[in-house]
Formats: sequence, structure tokens, C-alpha cells
Amino acid sequence: MAIEILMPALSPTMEEGTLAKWLVKEGDEVSSGDIIAEIETDKATMEFEAVDEGVIGQLMVAEGTENVAVNSIIATLLGEGEEAGAAPAPVAASTPPAPAQAEAPVAASAAAAPVPVMNLEPDWPEGTEVREQTVREALRDAMAEEMRADEDVYLMGEEVAEYQGAYKISQGLLDDFGSKRVIDTPITEHGFAGIAVGSAFAGLKPIVEFMTFNFAMQAIDQIINSAAKTLYMSGGQMGCPIVFRGPNGAAARVGAQHSQDYAAWYSQVPGLKVVMPYSASDAKGLLKAAIRDPNPVIFLENEILYGRSFEVPVLKDFTVEIGKARVWREGEDVTIVSFGIGMQYALEAADRLAEDGISAEVIDLRSLRPIDYDTVLASVMKTNRCVTVEEGWPVGSIGNHLSATIMEKAFDYLDAPVINCTGKDVPMPYAANLEKLALVTTDEVVAAVKQVTYR
Amino acid sequence: MAAKKATKKPNVSGDELKEFYKEMLLIRRFEEKAGQLYGMGLIGGFCHLYIGQEAVVVGLEAAAEEGDKRVTSYRDHGHMLACGMDPNGVMAELTGREGGYSKGKGGSMHMFSKEKHFYGGHGIVGAQVPIGAGLAFADKYKGNGRVTFAYFGDGAANQGQVYETFNMAAIWDLPVIFVIENNQYAMGTSQARSTSSPDIYTRGEAFGIPGQVVDGMDVLAVKEAGEKAVAHCRSGNGPYILEVKTYRYRGHSMSDPAKYRTREEVQRVREERDPIERVREMLLEGKHATEEDLKAMDKEIKAVVNESAEFSKTSPLPAESELWTDIVA
Repeated sequence: MAIEILMPALSPTMEEGTLAKWLVKEGDEVSSGDIIAEIETDKATMEFEAVDEGVIGQLMVAEGTENVAVNSIIATLLGEGEEAGAAPAPVAASTPPAPAQAEAPVAASAAAAPVPVMNLEPDWPEGTEVREQTVREALRDAMAEEMRADEDVYLMGEEVAEYQGAYKISQGLLDDFGSKRVIDTPITEHGFAGIAVGSAFAGLKPIVEFMTFNFAMQAIDQIINSAAKTLYMSGGQMGCPIVFRGPNGAAARVGAQHSQDYAAWYSQVPGLKVVMPYSASDAKGLLKAAIRDPNPVIFLENEILYGRSFEVPVLKDFTVEIGKARVWREGEDVTIVSFGIGMQYALEAADRLAEDGISAEVIDLRSLRPIDYDTVLASVMKTNRCVTVEEGWPVGSIGNHLSATIMEKAFDYLDAPVINCTGKDVPMPYAANLEKLALVTTDEVVAAVKQVTYR
Repeated sequence: MAAKKATKKPNVSGDELKEFYKEMLLIRRFEEKAGQLYGMGLIGGFCHLYIGQEAVVVGLEAAAEEGDKRVTSYRDHGHMLACGMDPNGVMAELTGREGGYSKGKGGSMHMFSKEKHFYGGHGIVGAQVPIGAGLAFADKYKGNGRVTFAYFGDGAANQGQVYETFNMAAIWDLPVIFVIENNQYAMGTSQARSTSSPDIYTRGEAFGIPGQVVDGMDVLAVKEAGEKAVAHCRSGNGPYILEVKTYRYRGHSMSDPAKYRTREEVQRVREERDPIERVREMLLEGKHATEEDLKAMDKEIKAVVNESAEFSKTSPLPAESELWTDIVA
């Protein structure tokens, strides 16, 4: 039987084209790969090759014909021993099978949503012994414990080994685990992030320390295109168990290129988990959970918080579940939601507001992807007012996202618009006075709360 | 002029030659069929065909052992077939169907097989190079004696992360073979216009990585070079660079009008250097196979490819619920 040669689609968007020129005539012998026609697509003139071998039977579309639909028969090809003339009549183009119209994605439906419940579970059982520990020590202990528990966990980054960590987070780990598992890299973020991702594909569980997250922009292609998307792109076959950690956000007087909060950036990406602890116990419990997590986890620390001390439970194996907020302070009049160093301003503001008789509920998100929406919504349904606090830029901030979610899910409960307290919409200045102005402050949080409580 | 003959008598059995012939022909016929399905609108988006470069993967796979890993760019169908992945699963991924290797969620550029140690299919030029070194890092960490083939093109060879990777692979003695598939065009930009030195394999010298160039249209030469590279890596000597000179007959992708090179140039390579034709002649001249035998092999391969096309058309579209799965583990 004669083979039908169809008008080809020669670009991702082509639906029809012009048959500019035939390079063969009826009766010509062709073999696979021979160019038989020139076709003008929506983008360019393309050469069209024969796929099968045979003899050109009939040219069904004259050269110069415009608007030839993709998949309509333009010629016939005769196999061995076939004769011309037995060609089928030209038929209208059959359209390629259209994918079934996808229904609108059903996100968590607002209508039937169960009443959100706050997470008021304590992170450790009452009566557990606690001790004061800095965030720095908590992070180190988390890594050491997990490395001790699992041979496949290793730490890689600039100055993590012999220098003992640019911010001393990895102090002592080289001595404990040796240079096979605590690895100094050259200053090549893109390259070592990619190597770590490859090793995770092959079953290891790397912890990648970025000296600061500012430098991770060199590596962000590997983080997003390789680490975050592969599980999906492989249909669930291959995941990437990896932790990218390091200090994030402003330190002090280090200027625009070293002072940026990436919370909102990474939180936008499906396939990643994103956590940003404030306290030492969260630093420890979340880092241990992140190392065990089978997904890529962005772990955002803060240089200013490294030396801060908090209570950490003395437990053999203390972890904090990723995706659960922590209510630091219960209150009635307003919900203040924050995370990371923003919590410092939120808690300070709550203290000051209490003096003015305003009872603030303070929620630490801790985890930004997934976000514990329930705790935030349940709190807002109780207090009817909300202020968010973060150090990052205002446009497309975590606060913006929470505001939209609250509007969608708890609109009728709101007695005032949600206010987002954020860093200012400027690159970080160096001058001490300007830097102070660029960052979010406790005063701003207090003022925002007074605004939403109409005081 | 006939295909260039190997100067010395090749050290290869008739059976092995026949295997090479069949594997290369499978890739070619598969790619031709993919091009056809693209033309019919059954394959969408980008589709980068491997036609002309078949000897590279077939030669190197012949040098690999069970458990060795491979990773490559978006021109990946040939690599998948050569490492033993199922043509049905590959073709069905091209058509975006449930039966595809990634359940239709990856597409031409994003397929993986843990079973066959194939780590993708990567769409970002050069990104697979550190990933390949990372696979080798894991093997060295585990001390399992495996090596990784990290394939990339002459275009990717100009990406910065490649040199970051060379450096680390060298300081850490990673068992990785960097295979530069030099098909002479980075999309539409010729090597002469994009690359400062014509000898890409020498770029490892600055890092102390040995390299060699090999005729990528000669599957036996590729295999021999591959064996040398594998031996180097497997015995703990660190990375190795193979620059394999090859040629792609088709455009960069399906929507490439190929105005950057002449039709004569393509035709000349096809006629004089075709890797499949070369083995075909060796088979006939060495009396390892008759015309009839070859015809039977062609027929057998055509049947495999036709079956994959049929499977790729009949396998259902992924269920709509698949939109929301495999995002996080």
C-alpha cells in the first residue's frame, strides 16, 4: 500500500504552512533522509526529508500552495513493486489528537474547607530537661547527630572543613567525621551545587553550605532546574534528598550584594521545601528533619541569630516537623505572623503592645513551603486582624501571599486590612543610618498593629 | 568516495559488529520515526534528534560495565536506547503518554531510568556536567568501582560550570569520563565562530585531566577510546576527557531551518562518513553478514520501532490527577 506523506508540523506552534517548493517529481526514487520539499512555517523555510524509501507516487499539493494544514496528505510514496495512480483522494487535514481539556485545578476548595485548627502542640513534652544553647551550636549538633546516624550524609561547602566554617557552624565536624565527609570546596557555587545534586540523585544525602545565600544565586539553576524539578520530571522515579543551608538576609553593614532575604524567592518553587528557623530548638529540630527529608530543602539561617541563645530540649533525637508553625504567644486582639529574624521584631512589638493593653498572638511560620495555613487562619478567625513581618522586599513577599490567602479563606472574619511589614523596596545601603531605615523595625510593627486595631 | 576504511584490521568479532550495526540502526530508525511523529503533531515542543551521532553512544556503551552511570543533555534519545531502555517507554514519553518513562510528565528532554543508571536528559546546556561529576562523587564515596559518562556538546563546552567541574573532578579524582560530543554546531553557531581553540579535548590540560580526540563516526575507534578512558577512571586515576568528533544530520531541533550550513556539507558527511554505512560495509566485506542478513536485521528493527510508535499512540494520556503527584516525595 502507498505510504501517505503528510504535511509536517515543523515547529512547536505550527498549524499550517506553505508548500514552497517540491524538490522531487512523480516517479523519483527517494531514500530516507532525502530532501523532498521546502516548507515555509510560521518561522522559517524548512527542508522536509523523506522518512521512508520508495518512489514518489503522486504530488497532491502544488508548489506555492499556502495554508496547507498540518497532517493533510501532500504526496504518496510507493513501496517496492507498487505502481503510481492508486493514490487515495486528498482528504482534509486530520487534526492532531487534542489533549482532553483539563479541568481547572481543584486546589483546596474554599467552600468545603474544614475549620482550620491551630497547631498548639508543644515541640517537646512538658517536663523535658532543657538547656540554653546558641543557634550556632544547635545547627552543628543537628549535623553531627545526623552524620553519626547515617553514613550517606556529608557536608560540603566553602571553608566548612579546615577553616571550621566561615561562621563556625561546622566547628569540629572535620575532626569528628574526616575529610571524606566534611569537604572543602573551591569557590565555585554553581559547580559544587551541581555535584552535590548529582550525588543526591545517586543516593547520598548532601548538606551543602553556602557561605551566604547571596552566593547561591550562582547556583540557583542547579537548585531549581535540577534539584527541585527532577522528581516531577522523572514521574516520581528519582528524587533529590539534599539540604542547601547557610545564612540568609541582612547581616550588618555588608551592603547590597551581601544583604538579601531569599525567603519569598525559594518559597515560590514547587518541589522545594523551605524552612527559616528563628530559635535554636527550631534550628536543631528542623535541620535534622531537613536532612532526613527525601526532598531538596532550602534552610535559611541568619547571621545575627547565630550567637543568640534559646532553650533546647535535652532529648536523644529531637526533630521538628517541617510545615508546622509555632505559636509563641497566644493573644486576642491581633495576629502577628513572622519567621526568621522577623520574629525578633514581632516578639518585641508584642511586649510593647501588651503595655498598651493590646493582646497580640505571635506565630512563627518556621516553614515557608509548605506553610501552615491552618494555624494562621485559625488565629486570624479569632483575632480578626493580622500583621505580617519579614525582612525581605515587599513585592511578592510572603506577607503578600498570606494576605491573599487570608482574604480568600477568612475574608468575613477580617475587621481591618492585613498589613505587611517588610524591608524597604531598595537595595541595601551601606551607611548605618540608611541601613537602619531599609530594614523592618519593631516601631513599624507596633504602628501597623495600632493601625489594624484602630488605636 | 566510499566510507573511509579502517587502516588496520579491526580487532572485533562479527557478532559484535552486528550488535553495533543493530544498535546504531535502532537509534536511527527510532529518530526518523520520532521526526515523523513530530511532523504529525503527536510529539510536541522541542525534539532534538541524534541522527548521525549514533556511533558515539554505541561505542561508549560497549566500553561500559553493568552499574556504570550516564547522564546527558536534551539530545538524549540515542543514549537511552543505547543503555537498554525500552523504545516503547521512550517513544511514549515523546508523545506525552502514561506509558512513557516519566509518565508523560518529562518529555523528550527529561527522561530517567534508575534501573539502567540513566540520570537524564537535562534541558539546561551544561548543567548535566557537574551532575555527572556528582554521580561519580557518589560512586567514589561508596567505593563501588563504578564510572560515570557525562556527555555534553561542543556548545556546552563553553559553559562556566564545566570548568568548575573539571577543577573539582581533578582535585577529588572523580571517576568521570567527560564525553564531548562535538557535532560542530552549538545550535546554529559553528565551532569556528564560538570556540577559541579547535581542540576542546586539550581544555583539561590546565586541570591535569588527560584528554584525547576520537573519530566519532567510527564506532570501533570510539569503543577503543572508551575502554582506555574507563580503565583510567576505574583504576582511580581521576577524570578523563574524550572529544568525539561527530556530526548531526538533522537540525538542532525540529524547528531548525539549518541556514548556517550548506546542504552539500551535510550530504558529504552522509555519503563519506556515515557511521552505520561504515559498519555495514565491514560486515559485508568481512563476510560476517550477507545482504539478506542485513535486510532481516533492518526488518527486525523496523518492527521494534513501529511497535514503539504504535505504543506511543495508544498509550493513554496521563490521568489528570497526575498533575498533582510527584511534586514532593
